[in-house]
Amino acid sequence: MSDMMDDMEEGGEGVVKKFMFVNRKAPHGTIYALEGLEVVLISAAFDQDVSMVFVDDGVYELIKGVNTKGIEVKDFSKTYRALEGYDIEKLYVEKASMDARGLTQDDLIVDVTVLDSAEMANLMAEQDVVISY
Amino acid sequence: MLHIVNKSATERNSLESALRMVTKGSAVLLIEDAVYAATQGSVAAAKIQSAMADVQIYALGPDLDARGMSSRVLDGVKVVDYSGFVDLVTEHNSCQSWL
Repeated sequence: MSDMMDDMEEGGEGVVKKFMFVNRKAPHGTIYALEGLEVVLISAAFDQDVSMVFVDDGVYELIKGVNTKGIEVKDFSKTYRALEGYDIEKLYVEKASMDARGLTQDDLIVDVTVLDSAEMANLMAEQDVVISY
Repeated sequence: MLHIVNKSATERNSLESALRMVTKGSAVLLIEDAVYAATQGSVAAAKIQSAMADVQIYALGPDLDARGMSSRVLDGVKVVDYSGFVDLVTEHNSCQSWL
């Protein structure tokens, strides 16, 4: 991490690393989904090669048709649609996680790339940094 | 007995444990992340459906809405609001929260 900071401070042309944020929690029941999203938005300021992946209950973060009025918490599902504006365009969902929850791409609020588990494993293996929530 | 479950069935085993301990005439109320179990196509749906032979399953409406799941609720699961939650607590002699 300190190497990365040095690179950035030195000439502006820092080393670009591959960062993957792994989302595995449903929204609202815990704070992980929202906090993870905040970290991704912060990471956008560092011009890194960012991927976001959604596996297990993390796929529930991307469901359309959310109305949080009744539980009086912030509806951050729309923020996923803003990621594109921060040049975070690599969103991946594991097919097995969607299947286990009876979900299809049509149920999701953003366009994603659906990967099978082996493809997801390979993508994960080629990262420099993996941060998991 | 009213069994209250608040954890996702695909992350923890609380629902499974609760359903193992329910007796005929008990009720199970799903709140927070537990509501996903009562939706069509979820791997927990079969467990909910077989439990409904003996117990009534309820799910908290505001939690379904907040998760975009209101239109996917399984047939036979009763959706309640917060005052319905209170009614369930008062109607049963005791409650168990499977945290």
